[in-house]
Amino acid sequence: MANAALDPHAAIATTASGVGQGVLTTADGRPLARALARSQGRARRKAFLLVLPLLAFILITFVVPIGQMLQRSFYNDGFSVHMPQVSAWFAATERGTPPDDAAWAALAADLTASAEARTIGVVGTRINYDMSGTRSLFTSTGRQVRSGIEPPYDQALLDINPAWGDPMLWSTMREAASPYTANFYLASVDRTRDEQGQIQQVEERQRVYLMLFWRTFWLSAVITALTFVLGFPIAHLLATLPMRKSNLLMILVLLPFWTSLLVRTTSWMVLLQQQGVINDLLVWLGVIGGGERLQMIYNQTGTIIAMTHILLPFMILPLYSVMRTINPSYVRAARSLGATSWTAFRRIYFPQTLPGLGAGAMLVFILAVGYYITPALVGGSSGQLISNMIAQHMTGTLNWSMAAALAALLLGAVLILYWLYDRLVGVDNLKLG
Amino acid sequence: MAVPTYASPLERVWHYFYLAICAAIFFFLIAPIIVIIPLSFNAAPYFTFTPAMRSLDPDGFSLRWYESLLTFGMQNPDSQGWAFWSDAWTNAKWVQAAKNSIIIGVFSTLVATVLGTLAALGLSRPEMPFRRAIMAILISPMIVPLIITATGMFFFYSNPCELLTLFGFSPECGRLAGTYLGVILAHATLGIPFVIITVTATLVGFDQSLNRAAASLGANPRTTFFKVTMPLILPGVVSGALFAFVTSFDEVVAVLFIAGPDQQTIPRQMWNGIREQISPAILAVATLLVISSIALLTTVELLRRRSERIRGVTPR
Repeated sequence: MANAALDPHAAIATTASGVGQGVLTTADGRPLARALARSQGRARRKAFLLVLPLLAFILITFVVPIGQMLQRSFYNDGFSVHMPQVSAWFAATERGTPPDDAAWAALAADLTASAEARTIGVVGTRINYDMSGTRSLFTSTGRQVRSGIEPPYDQALLDINPAWGDPMLWSTMREAASPYTANFYLASVDRTRDEQGQIQQVEERQRVYLMLFWRTFWLSAVITALTFVLGFPIAHLLATLPMRKSNLLMILVLLPFWTSLLVRTTSWMVLLQQQGVINDLLVWLGVIGGGERLQMIYNQTGTIIAMTHILLPFMILPLYSVMRTINPSYVRAARSLGATSWTAFRRIYFPQTLPGLGAGAMLVFILAVGYYITPALVGGSSGQLISNMIAQHMTGTLNWSMAAALAALLLGAVLILYWLYDRLVGVDNLKLG
Repeated sequence: MAVPTYASPLERVWHYFYLAICAAIFFFLIAPIIVIIPLSFNAAPYFTFTPAMRSLDPDGFSLRWYESLLTFGMQNPDSQGWAFWSDAWTNAKWVQAAKNSIIIGVFSTLVATVLGTLAALGLSRPEMPFRRAIMAILISPMIVPLIITATGMFFFYSNPCELLTLFGFSPECGRLAGTYLGVILAHATLGIPFVIITVTATLVGFDQSLNRAAASLGANPRTTFFKVTMPLILPGVVSGALFAFVTSFDEVVAVLFIAGPDQQTIPRQMWNGIREQISPAILAVATLLVISSIALLTTVELLRRRSERIRGVTPR
């Protein structure tokens, strides 16, 4: 019982008298089961308390901000707050009700109040998200109604701009009258609502988002496949070489891994440019003429090459750590039983590498789907991914609800993949170098 | 890896072909990083080897881009001696960026390492409840696309007190966006997964009976931690800290979204340089960064070997 003395649960010791009566008790007479549960509960609380500060930190600085951001994808009160009267009229009437005198009066009152409070731009921007070209209608009408508007309001507003009679505009305002909306999600899958509120596809030339999602997933799959093709031989070589040599070669894998992302992206820009090193080399070798320099950057090719290079270590490292554990005698046994080297590789060696392959492929794919910096710098217009569109809406068009809706869809996809990764590989098996 | 003696001639040919393929892939991995080093000494403002450079003519090489790193943003680049250096220290754009990067990197690393190590100690205990779920949450900043994280942080750091309105309070508090504290907290969040991963990996090989031995010899928990646990897991903690530092040092998306003009870091300055007027000065910065990453990699490798030696784990 020397071990029991070192055990933190040393208080729990059965007494000879307790055994006979059916209930095991500790030395001080408490039931053993309860004492054990108490001791374990204390250990659990202690472990949890160690994690608690970090968990709280991550929740506050990471999980909650993302939740707040996602809220914007279905909540936008730009119209409903600043146009309360007409919003109330929309709430009280059925969809499809033509605007009556009360509606026009409410609209005129809201427009006047909003113009006075200088919030008319916010209102116009909100309607403009769902129906483009309407922001100036609100701001210009706002300027005119501030100098006074007389009943009948329908006539007065239509005189200012006949666009106020557009049923599509009224339908769009009805949508915006409630702060909760699914329209940004509809827009992220290239759908919109018509006058009756029916969902339909947007015009052909405006269909961009589905294509971008498709391109993001397709390019990520291509990059994952390329990292596999390039990573597999390297990982195999590193795993089969003697330790001393493989440690040296491993540096060639780890150095890119430790080098700044921007440095690696910059070097690809330098290499792939039309006046860059690779084109110069090809011209010098006479492979191509001076006038036919290849366009290898600012398009999809640039994105694929640079991202494959950047993500390659994330494939090699998990593959390598699995291949290290594969016992070479299985392949030798297969060979001795008459298998050709190809058969031995295909039926014996390769299946054993699948756990590493799965881990590497999922990690590369998850990271590729969300990439922003590299496509933004080397992607041109045909190499942009969905992340770049989110950034564009955040800093360019300032349509934050749209950015949030796209981010929500991307996040959903990544979290599904992450959940799969956790189920198949386990996050605690993640290794870095 | 030698060819087995029973290999057929075809297999021997294939073996050398395979080695050639591997050499080509290693070249693909390393060449882009190496090629910028000589190019940063280009005397001409081009991104390619000029004829003068190819013939190794000394006139083809120059340190002008390194000099421009120092003088860019200086008020009086022609001054001499002490005046020059003090001007560079206070005004040069890249020097400012380097200072910011180091300040933000050091403090975010401190936050990430302290919180991350504590949590890793908890997560490695067998009694830890909801271990898997909590681990998944703590690792997620590494998995969630940076643009989504940065967007969320942009709104949160613009008005951190908005969170409290959910509970019925409506206090006023300042912005965190555009402050050092904001960027430090954001970078700490991004660095935490790396600390968790490296420290928990170190703790896997940690023999818990050492702690019990210390306790049985009369050490209190605090003494046990600092005298027994800490020295053994220190290499893991340090390499986790280095990972966190590199993450912060290399991070640009969160900086783009939440940093103000006072918190321009080196990657942010590079981003500007690449997007606006790309000049070989960028390559000079890149060269300096490559050299620093070589130094870091060496440190981490040495630490890893030391850790394996202390713990008696043979390298797998």
